[in-house]
Parts: sequence; structure tokens; C-alpha cells
Amino acid sequence: MVEQGRKKMINLDTDVAVIGAGPAGLAAAISARENGAKNVIILDRNSWLGGILPQCIHDGFGVEETGTSMTGPEYAEMYIKTAEKQGITFLNETMVLQFDKNRKIIAANKKGLHEIKAKSIVLAMGCREKTRWNVMIPGDRPSGIYTAGVAQAFINLYNIMVGKNVVILGSGDVGLIMARRLKFEGANVLGVVEILPYASGLPRNVVQCLDDYDIPLYLNHTVTYIKGRERLESVTIAQVDEKMNIIPETEKEIKCDTLLLSLGLIPENELSRNVEIEIDDVTGGPAVNQSFETSLSGVFACGNCLQVYDTVDVLAMDAKKAGKNAVQNTINKSKCVTVKAGKGIRYVVPQRINEPGKIHFTLRVEKPHESPTLRVIAGDKELLKKKLPWANPANMVEFDVNISAETIKSTDTLEVLLDD
Amino acid sequence: MKNFHVAIIGGGVIGSAIAWELSKYKLNVVVFEKGIDVAFGTSKANSGVVHSGINSPTGSLKARFCVEGNKMLQPLADKLGFPLKWVGKYVIAKNEDETKELERLIKVGKDNGVPGLEIKDRKDVKVKEPNVSCYKALWVPTAGIISPYEFTIAFAENAAENNVNFLLETEVIDLRKVENYFLIKTNKGEFQSQILVNAAGLNCRKIVSMLEEPDFDIYPCRGEYLVLDKNYSNLVNSMIYPVPPKKLGVLGVHITPTVEGPTILGPSAEFIGDPKDKRTTKEKMTTLFNEAKEIIPSLPEKAVINAYSGIRCKLASPEEGGWADFRIEESKQTPGLINLLGIESPGLTGAPAIAKEVTRMISNSIELKTKTDFKTRKIKEKRFSEMNAKEQSDLIKKDKQWGRIICRCEHVTEAEVIKALSNPIGAQTLSSVKYRCRAGMGRCQGGFCTQHIVRIMEEQFNVDVNNMKLKSSNSNLFYGRTREKEND
Repeated sequence: MVEQGRKKMINLDTDVAVIGAGPAGLAAAISARENGAKNVIILDRNSWLGGILPQCIHDGFGVEETGTSMTGPEYAEMYIKTAEKQGITFLNETMVLQFDKNRKIIAANKKGLHEIKAKSIVLAMGCREKTRWNVMIPGDRPSGIYTAGVAQAFINLYNIMVGKNVVILGSGDVGLIMARRLKFEGANVLGVVEILPYASGLPRNVVQCLDDYDIPLYLNHTVTYIKGRERLESVTIAQVDEKMNIIPETEKEIKCDTLLLSLGLIPENELSRNVEIEIDDVTGGPAVNQSFETSLSGVFACGNCLQVYDTVDVLAMDAKKAGKNAVQNTINKSKCVTVKAGKGIRYVVPQRINEPGKIHFTLRVEKPHESPTLRVIAGDKELLKKKLPWANPANMVEFDVNISAETIKSTDTLEVLLDD
Repeated sequence: MKNFHVAIIGGGVIGSAIAWELSKYKLNVVVFEKGIDVAFGTSKANSGVVHSGINSPTGSLKARFCVEGNKMLQPLADKLGFPLKWVGKYVIAKNEDETKELERLIKVGKDNGVPGLEIKDRKDVKVKEPNVSCYKALWVPTAGIISPYEFTIAFAENAAENNVNFLLETEVIDLRKVENYFLIKTNKGEFQSQILVNAAGLNCRKIVSMLEEPDFDIYPCRGEYLVLDKNYSNLVNSMIYPVPPKKLGVLGVHITPTVEGPTILGPSAEFIGDPKDKRTTKEKMTTLFNEAKEIIPSLPEKAVINAYSGIRCKLASPEEGGWADFRIEESKQTPGLINLLGIESPGLTGAPAIAKEVTRMISNSIELKTKTDFKTRKIKEKRFSEMNAKEQSDLIKKDKQWGRIICRCEHVTEAEVIKALSNPIGAQTLSSVKYRCRAGMGRCQGGFCTQHIVRIMEEQFNVDVNNMKLKSSNSNLFYGRTREKEND
């Protein structure tokens, strides 16, 4: 790595530049290093490493990956230590402003503006939380409305209490975990409101965070009105029918000073869009091939900016593959098979396949099923037929399929579908 | 008790513009603002449009101050550094019938002295505005867009730099005229002044009634807006207005680019009983979106990132048609009381001209002597996000706080947040920061930057977490700490 002073900007060259120091970025960087990259730089806008992990003080991290249950900070520490040992360069409090098609990154930190030329880039920007306005809740605009992750940061990183009487809208995992966390801190958690007929977070979190603490879960309900001209005073909740229309006369007002929103996550891809990387409309992340390479050669994507994962373990395992592939630079080829999300499937990653082998797929289904059959079809050939015990939109489905060179050569589309 | 030459009630755009105009003279001036910052009422929640003057009847004060104010804005923007863009506007006719209305607007406009008005064919409009569907359109080149809160804040802050006293969270409770001065009772003590300017906006009637029986009523009329993500900023280049609806004295739902990028849709028009009721409603959100979609068929629903509303101060009821002229006058019954009543649209455009007029009225009773030490503002500092790489690089070398991005959506730096918190009128809410430097205004709506701004407030400005507010005295952000801070 050479630091040059001839221009106004600080110039750096590297084999692999990883954008984002969350679990995906750390895992990808370590894997890139282990697989032969000489120089690896991680850039992150925060002062710390680990992304969201330091504020996730509950346990359950790393079970699938290591067999041990860790807290978020412990899990992060494990990766940070390895990364440090391997001599990976961290640029923290460093914001990537843009990168171009030649993989030249412009980033700012307190030392100055950096121009970083990377042979490969790994995108690991993570995701952001949906806000009140993604679901357009009418009413006043008081203080006391927080996304669950922001509330978690205030409580766990800064010991700042966000509220006393709390309603949570959305039963995503962060919302469920925050219900329990707020209860521990002495807040009155009045209920979790979910518009769907089932919780959107993991079933284990419903049991461990709500049921164990007698926190009511209002399924088929939503918040229809926010009241409070200064601090939040109340929310109105109402029941919805199967088409998610509000059922008249089911509205009731709940007095509260805080509304936490756990409405889901949106992959962060402003940098990717800026350089015209193809984005999958459903995942909100870049469309990638089996090597996690995006439509822009030499640029790979992993973690929650690719798709929103259920657990950090699966996320990190995928990110390691992305990091490893980034060392080889590019494998984009003109001939590829497009993967189509068929009946009952919301999305499938990867979206493209251009090399034969045992391909690992992840997908989400559209709605809950009891013992459905998962099928993968290429032309008139059925490549996989697999009975699943159950399928639920909250749980990502993983499976492997062997794809031959012949299939890649002779087919354009691979369809993944679910039969009852 | 403090004595002032002039006391202004209200730190909206009108009060702040008057304060700024008066700050050029050797006068003791005070502004009482009951809110926690300036521009926090109607002045921040409107379309941010610089009107040309085609919509007000010839000879009205609305027409006069609109046209005069419009001409004053560019030199003011150069001096005070608020953003202003002359994007022009199209008033679109959907059919032959509506085209007649365009002809009428041209006539009014010409009589009011508005230059450059032209009727354009559908084809010409398509070239400039490919996403807009219409039959014909009136092109208004002297219409523009402005940041209404930055405009107000610029007036207020520069006035404060020139020794105008801004008393925030200070509500006027009672007024008395004693001999030749006013006795002003507020929640923060008593004050005296020779001249009293009532720029209280929606509260203008309440203020008058403390001194005399008002001869007017006010009719609050709420307007709701939707804000679109910056990714959809390229939908329109100019403002797109429908032909004004025949009733309510409003201009109809329009599509307006803003100086900061996001496009806004609105406003609705709904007469309401309570002037403080700034709610947004499901019904209006739907209508606004649908009406805008009629003009821009390709408008995607997920483009909406925010909604807000503002309240117009109208002097005419809906039954009377909703239109009444501004009233800018000294009370006959209470000499020295200058009332600004019913200042709704085009009050934002008219503000600098109205301020000049009020200053002239004051000069009838007080001799105005120009200050020799008036401090002009520094030339507008560009935002980090607007600079080229060299400018960014140079600034970081000079002050490293320019190198730390606090708001990732809008690329706002630590230096800019600190500058916003150091403003001369002493407003330090989260919204005060947002309206000064845009931190928290992007698509994540503060998801990333709030914690960093809170840390800066705490560590660099010694604000206790219990005193951190969103936008008003009782809009606390937090309920203390979960445990005492550890000494690490």
C-alpha cells in the first residue's frame, strides 16, 4: 500500500477494499486476506468496528457458526481480533462518498479526502430501518417515535432511556428484542402491534421476548393514528382484514409516550445505485452471481446490503465466500442463467449463475406453508425436488443444487418454486 | 424591566424580516417568539415558492408586496446566503376550457407588472417537462423556489448578529398601552416598548384582543404536503401548478421542486377550528398523491418519504370564498400598534417588501439613524455536499471536523452540525439542527445521525440529555439515563 502526497487527496492502492465494518465487512475482509489478498482495507463511517453488533447485547450470536452462543459485542470481538492479527487496515470515521466503474473510491475522514484504487470492492454497507413514512402513519409529529435500532443504540451504547410507556409497531427481531430490553429497564411495554397474521421476527424471539414477559402481541393490527403535539401522547391501533384494510369500529387508543418502529430493513445501496449496479427490486440489494459478484465486474456484495439475513451466522458465512471470491477479481461472463423466483417465492439469491458446481441458494417464501415442496426447474429438467417441514417468510430457506456446465450452456432461466 | 424602541411579536418570516430591516438602524429591538426557534410555525411548513404575482387581484396589497418582494429576493439571497432558484413555473390546463383561465392569469399578471408570461403548447412543455401531461400551459419565468426556513433563519440570525434580541420560548401573556409606551407581560418577565409590531401569524387576533376589540376573525386553513425521495427529483424541473380551483382562495395541489432536491406534493386546503392542529391525514395523503399522479402519471408510490402540514392564516371564511387581502396597518384605536394580519401566501415572497413598509411606518414615529457598524453575513458557505473534491479536501485540511460525516443521507459534516448548534439566536433543538444543516432530513429520517448529534450536544455543548428537545419546549427526546455514566 502506497501513500502518495503529490495530489491534494490521500492516495491509496489496495487489492480489496471493503465498504462497511459490520459483521459482513469483517468476515469478507478476513476471508479475502486468508485467501491470498495482500492488502485489505475496511472503510467504515463509525468510530467503532462491528457495525450494529456492539449495541446487540443479547446473546444468540455465533451458535450455527461456532457452536457457542455469544453476545453481539463478543461476536464482534472475535472477528476484530482476527482482522487485527491479519494486518487488515481499518479506516474508521471514514465515509465513502462514491466509487466509480474503475473501482476508484472517494472517501472522507478527518485526515482528508482519500482516493483509493481497489482491484476489487466488497460492498457491506448493511441496511437502514424503515421509518414512519415508509408506511405513512397519519397524525401529529411529536417526539417519542424511534426506530427500534435507534432506541437500542441509545439504551445500550449510551445508557439513555427513550421512554416509559411504550408501544412497538412491527414484530421484526429488533422490535421483539427491544420489547424485552425496555422491560428490563423498567419501562411499561404495552404491546407489539403486527399487521400480518403472524410475527415477522424469529419464532424463538416471540417466545423469549414477549411470551416470557406477558407482553401482548396484537396480530392483524396496525397503528392508524399518532397523537401528541409535543411528546407522543397516544397511538390508535385497529384490526385489519385479510386485505389489510382497517376494520371500522375496531380502533382503540392506547396512551403511551413512546412508539418504537420495527417495520423492516432496507438494504443501503445508494453507492451501488450511483454507479448503476443492477439492483433486485425485491431484495433491495444488488443482483449477484453465485460468487456474490454484482453486475459491475470486480464489485462484490454481501451482508444486509445484499439481502436482509435472519442471523449473523448465515450472513457471515456468505460474506466469507464473497471475500474469498473478491481475491480472484472477476468471474463475470457473458453467458449466464437467470434465476427466477417462481410460484410462492418472494426472491432467490443468487440471481445469476455462470459457473457450474454445487450452488448455494437462499430464498424467502411469500407466505407460511405446512410441508411444501421446493422445486428447481431448468427448462424441462427438474434439478431439485425437496420436501420442507414448513416454510415461513420470517425464516430464510437455504439449499444447494448441483448445476452442470451443460445446464448453463443450454438454459437461460432457472425457476425456483414452491408447491403445496 | 427592559425598554425597547420596537418590540416584534412573532419570529416567523415576517417578524424576522422586519427585525432584520430594523437591525440596520440605531434602535433597540426585541423579538418575542413563543416557540423554541424561529420559523417554527407557518413559515417552515409551506411550499417554499417565490411567487411572481399572477394570482392576486391588481391593486391588492398581496399583488403589490408579491411583485416588490420578488424583485428584492436575488440581491438578498446574495447578501444573506439563503438558497434561491429561479426554476419558473407552468400552470397547466388540462383542456380547452381551462386554457381560458390561463388567458385570465396572463391579463392579471401583466396588470400587476409580471414579465415574460407566455402560453406554451403541449409539445413545448413536453420538451422541458417530459413527465408532465397537459393540454396547454402558462409559463411563468419569474417564479422561483426558496428554502422558507433558511430564508427566515438567515434574517433572524443576521439580525441577532446586529444586536436584535431574540427571546425564544417567550410568550406574550398580556399587553397594555400606558401613555406613549406598551407594557408587555410575558412568561419571562415584563418589557416596555414604544412601537409594537404584531407579526404573530395565526395568533394575530389574540394579540390584538389584548389591547382592543378586533374587527376581524381568522380562519385557519390547513395544507398537507408529501415529500418525495431525492431519487425522484428529476420528475420535474419547474413547478407544475394546476389551474387554480375556483373556491377557497388557494392555488391547488402543485408539484414543486425544492432548493434542497426533494420534490413536494401539495398542499391540500381544509378549514379547521384549531390553528394548532397540524396533523396529517390518511385521506389527504391519498388525494394529494392521486392528484399529483394525474399530472405525472409515472409517479411511484414508494417515492414518498415524509408528510407534513402547515396552517394558513386566512381572514375570510370558506363561505366568503376564502380570499381576503393582507392587512398591514397601524391601529387607529391604539397608536403605535402595527398589525400584520392574514399574511398567508404570497407572504413568504412579500416578506422583504412588507418589512420595508413596516420600517417606513415606524419612521413616522421614530427617527431612524443608520448604523455604521452593521455586520453583513459572510458569503454563503457552501454545504460539504455541494463542494468539489478540491474544496472538500482543502476544508478538511483547515479544520478536520469537515472530514467527519454525521448525516450519511445528506452528507452533512460534524463542522456543519457544530455551526448549526452555535447559531446566534441560541436555538438548540434537534429540529433547529435539521433546518440549519439538513442533518436528519434524508431518506433514513435521522436513523443514523441522531445518536451522533446527541453526543455532540452533550459533549461539546453541555446539553443535559433531559433537556434535549425535538422541536418545542415539551417535546423531550429522552427520559434520563438508565444508569449513571461509567467513568471510562
